[in-house]
Amino acid sequence: MEITQLTVHELKEKLSNKELTISEITKAYIDRINEKEKDIGAFVTVLEENSMKKAKDIENKVNSGEIKGDLAGIPIGVKDNICTKGVHTTCSSKMLENFVSPYDATVMEKVNNENMINLGKLNMDEFAMGGSTEYSAFHVTKNPWNINKVPGGSSGGAAAAVAAGMVPWALGSDTGGSIRQPAAFCGVVGMKPTYGLVSRYGLVAFASSLDQIGPITKDVEDCAMLLNVITGHDKKDSTSENREKIDYTLSLKNNIKGMKIGIPKEFFGEGISEEVKQKLEEAIEKYKELGAEVEEFSLDIANYSLATYYIIACAEASSNLGRFDGIRYGYRTPNFNNLKDIYINSRSEAFGSEVKRRIILGTYVLSSGYYDAYYKKAQQVRTLVQAKFDEAFSKYDVILTPTAPTTAFNIGEKSTNPLEMYLADICTVSVNIAGLPGISIPCGVDKQGMPIGMQLIGQKFSEETLLNVAYTFEQAVKFSENYKPEFKKA
Amino acid sequence: MSREDYEIVIGLEVHAELSTKTKIFCSCSNEFGAEPNTHVCPVCMGMPGALPVLNEKVVEYAVKAGLATNCEIERNSKNDRKNYFYPDTPKSYQISQFDKPLCKKGFIEIEDEEGKEKKIGITRIHIEDDAAKLNHNEFGGGSLVDLNRAGVPLIETVSEPDIRSSKEAENYLRKLKSIFEYIEVSDCKMQEGSFRADINLSVRKKGAQEFGTRTEMKNMSSFRSIVRAIEYEADRQIEIIEDGGKIAQETRRWDDVSGKTFSMRDKEDAQDYRYFPDPDLVAIRLSTEYIENIKNNLPELPESRKARYINEIGLSEKEANLLTASKHLSNMFEETSNICKNHKLAANWLLSDVSRILNEKEIEAEEIPFTSEQLAKMIMLIEKGTISSAIGKKVIEELFEDPKDPEEIIKEKGWIQISDEGAIKEVVQKILEANPQSVADYKAGKDRALGFLVGQAMKETKGKANPQMLNKMFIEELKK
Repeated sequence: MEITQLTVHELKEKLSNKELTISEITKAYIDRINEKEKDIGAFVTVLEENSMKKAKDIENKVNSGEIKGDLAGIPIGVKDNICTKGVHTTCSSKMLENFVSPYDATVMEKVNNENMINLGKLNMDEFAMGGSTEYSAFHVTKNPWNINKVPGGSSGGAAAAVAAGMVPWALGSDTGGSIRQPAAFCGVVGMKPTYGLVSRYGLVAFASSLDQIGPITKDVEDCAMLLNVITGHDKKDSTSENREKIDYTLSLKNNIKGMKIGIPKEFFGEGISEEVKQKLEEAIEKYKELGAEVEEFSLDIANYSLATYYIIACAEASSNLGRFDGIRYGYRTPNFNNLKDIYINSRSEAFGSEVKRRIILGTYVLSSGYYDAYYKKAQQVRTLVQAKFDEAFSKYDVILTPTAPTTAFNIGEKSTNPLEMYLADICTVSVNIAGLPGISIPCGVDKQGMPIGMQLIGQKFSEETLLNVAYTFEQAVKFSENYKPEFKKA
Repeated sequence: MSREDYEIVIGLEVHAELSTKTKIFCSCSNEFGAEPNTHVCPVCMGMPGALPVLNEKVVEYAVKAGLATNCEIERNSKNDRKNYFYPDTPKSYQISQFDKPLCKKGFIEIEDEEGKEKKIGITRIHIEDDAAKLNHNEFGGGSLVDLNRAGVPLIETVSEPDIRSSKEAENYLRKLKSIFEYIEVSDCKMQEGSFRADINLSVRKKGAQEFGTRTEMKNMSSFRSIVRAIEYEADRQIEIIEDGGKIAQETRRWDDVSGKTFSMRDKEDAQDYRYFPDPDLVAIRLSTEYIENIKNNLPELPESRKARYINEIGLSEKEANLLTASKHLSNMFEETSNICKNHKLAANWLLSDVSRILNEKEIEAEEIPFTSEQLAKMIMLIEKGTISSAIGKKVIEELFEDPKDPEEIIKEKGWIQISDEGAIKEVVQKILEANPQSVADYKAGKDRALGFLVGQAMKETKGKANPQMLNKMFIEELKK
């Protein structure tokens, strides 16, 4: 039995019937990390010793009955922009290379309350800005399906680690597709929950009105389980919604008869690769077979949602990243004679080029004289995008699109062309703009054997519907039984 | 042309720290004076990932302030980020309010230069977080940041440019301060910086329609400095104009030692704060019931207290005005008269000797070191005849220096009034013997001589003799 190939619900079962122990599981993952990390580079920080110690401790407590809980002793990986008390939280930036958070993010408190074991912090594009994890200040993460290709981003470390069996599941963050797109590139499941469903407290902010923490898992059932852990109102986050707690695993009914699925034709047009289109069309046929009512319709937002996204995200980022000033924590330049030098040199030396590009863009669109033309306009378009989605959801239960226009591209292929990199977000950003939930599940591979992701979008707080629609498809096509990452080197 | 040909135009921005228990966006203590960087948490330190949550009390206090200054309350308000880099701003932005302040279009009434009632418009009152405190020149010339003050809730009250003199500016500030004290939203301790003003000032020829170019003086926190700074800055601007020069729009720093203002930064350096709605916070929506409820529970304001003093207690309008100008003075008046049961005497002592000493010492009523109980006890000692009014004045002086039980003071100082008939008689005899001429004068019908003799006797007893008894005994003896 390959422990690291098991899903969490399988691990849970084997723990409860004593086929496996917590220590065995943790040990298997640590071994796997040690074996694969040099090829994949998924981690920024591996908590090897800490994890083994914690595994023993939790195991003893579970055996003595001191602690209970389904997920006690289950390992997890955490994207490195989620604050972990006493552990480095770097955002894959030189700016925070030596930053140790003095507090736990709310999601980490929840993870710790379940007595899960944090195996380490996962690589990402610097401050979550990027779609390939090539913008990490430390190293590039590689795609476990083909190590010459990117894992996607910005949660590329998290998606690659799950795909490579280095963690059973992981927490990522998604501002414009940063969970869904790498999940698609790495052939795993990734969900961006509705804005406000998961507390953002302790998530290092990129764009506050778009950011959301979510699960990256091997399958939909695990996704529902991890969602159970991290959701819930948090009084420390004013934008978190106060709603009744739901057990999302109960929504996996494996039945979608009569479900109405809308196919927005604009998401299948120019720029979408033929292979992606073809696999998506096969998926649509599968849904018809499964009893769904599928209909094509027009959702004419794709053209301006990307521009809207980059204006809002950069504007908020330019303000959110101001606190990295070299004064209280983080990188401080050794080259200064006065205060202005500290600011300019610290930020010039410690931010990467993509972060700088977005700060400059955001500063520009908020400047007096430009605010109305850019930021205000973008907010108006945002309202329009929300209205278009609302209209669509009056007719459909879910909307089905590709997650990304292509499969994973080669390392270095787009990293010097920001505009082309931004276009990789075209299918995902409108979901963040409208604050909706979206899930990406694998629906096939291209000729090179690289996974293709299908995105399902629901109306606000319709995670149960989304999970069921995803689960039903997954059970029908059994993607992970048919395709496995091969760590190809060519 | 001279100063008389010009009109001074002043608008004031007042920052008042609210006396809520906790800070505006986190649950850290809002208490003043703690060890540096002890009232801090990830939120007010601007740690990565930390998020603000608006303290509802801050909204309530701001609405109170708005209602007490006749403002319209914005039912649909929000918080905006004001972005700038400075070490006192840990998030690199202040969370303030840009285009939808909680309160707007209000006014307060003050006395103008001639003592006539004048309305000063209030443009807006908004909520925001205070910056950290920078302690300069510590550790070999470096600056240290104390984040205890970061996130202390502030209301900023912006006046219309309706103020025309330093006196009006002072009256406006005193009135605003007393209102905030009355409604208990701020302790307004100027020496602790919890009530401070930015002065926008310009001058123009009398009768001119257009405003002149203005300068700004920031963070002024004493009435005396504010008055001096206004006088200096008005003179400076008039002189420049008279010399044919132009006023530069700039921020100027008032230097209390030299009594001058100095240019700090000009418009060229004007910052673009890139205001935008804070996405970490949700809209502030207030119901009519919420606002009505605050309105109905507003504490007594100076105006109504004044009316009560005149109509129920029988004080003169002037006395009532002076007492209610400071909530502390007014509270002291009420407490003192409640204990000593004599409103008239309590008012007299507070408005004469106590106020005189406050002026001499240049301190505010809230800095009076003694308690109402001590003052009341002093008044009761006079009424009982234990001490004379003359000694009372000395007791007040003593209370300012070393506040304690007045009975103890007079015992220590030996100021107890001599009311013993034998002792008084002895003094009277002695003075009569020593002043035969005065005795003769009195007997010749010169009543004035009695006053002289009593005065001599008081001198002899160092003011301790009971003056009524002295008077009576002198007359008796002289009639013999």
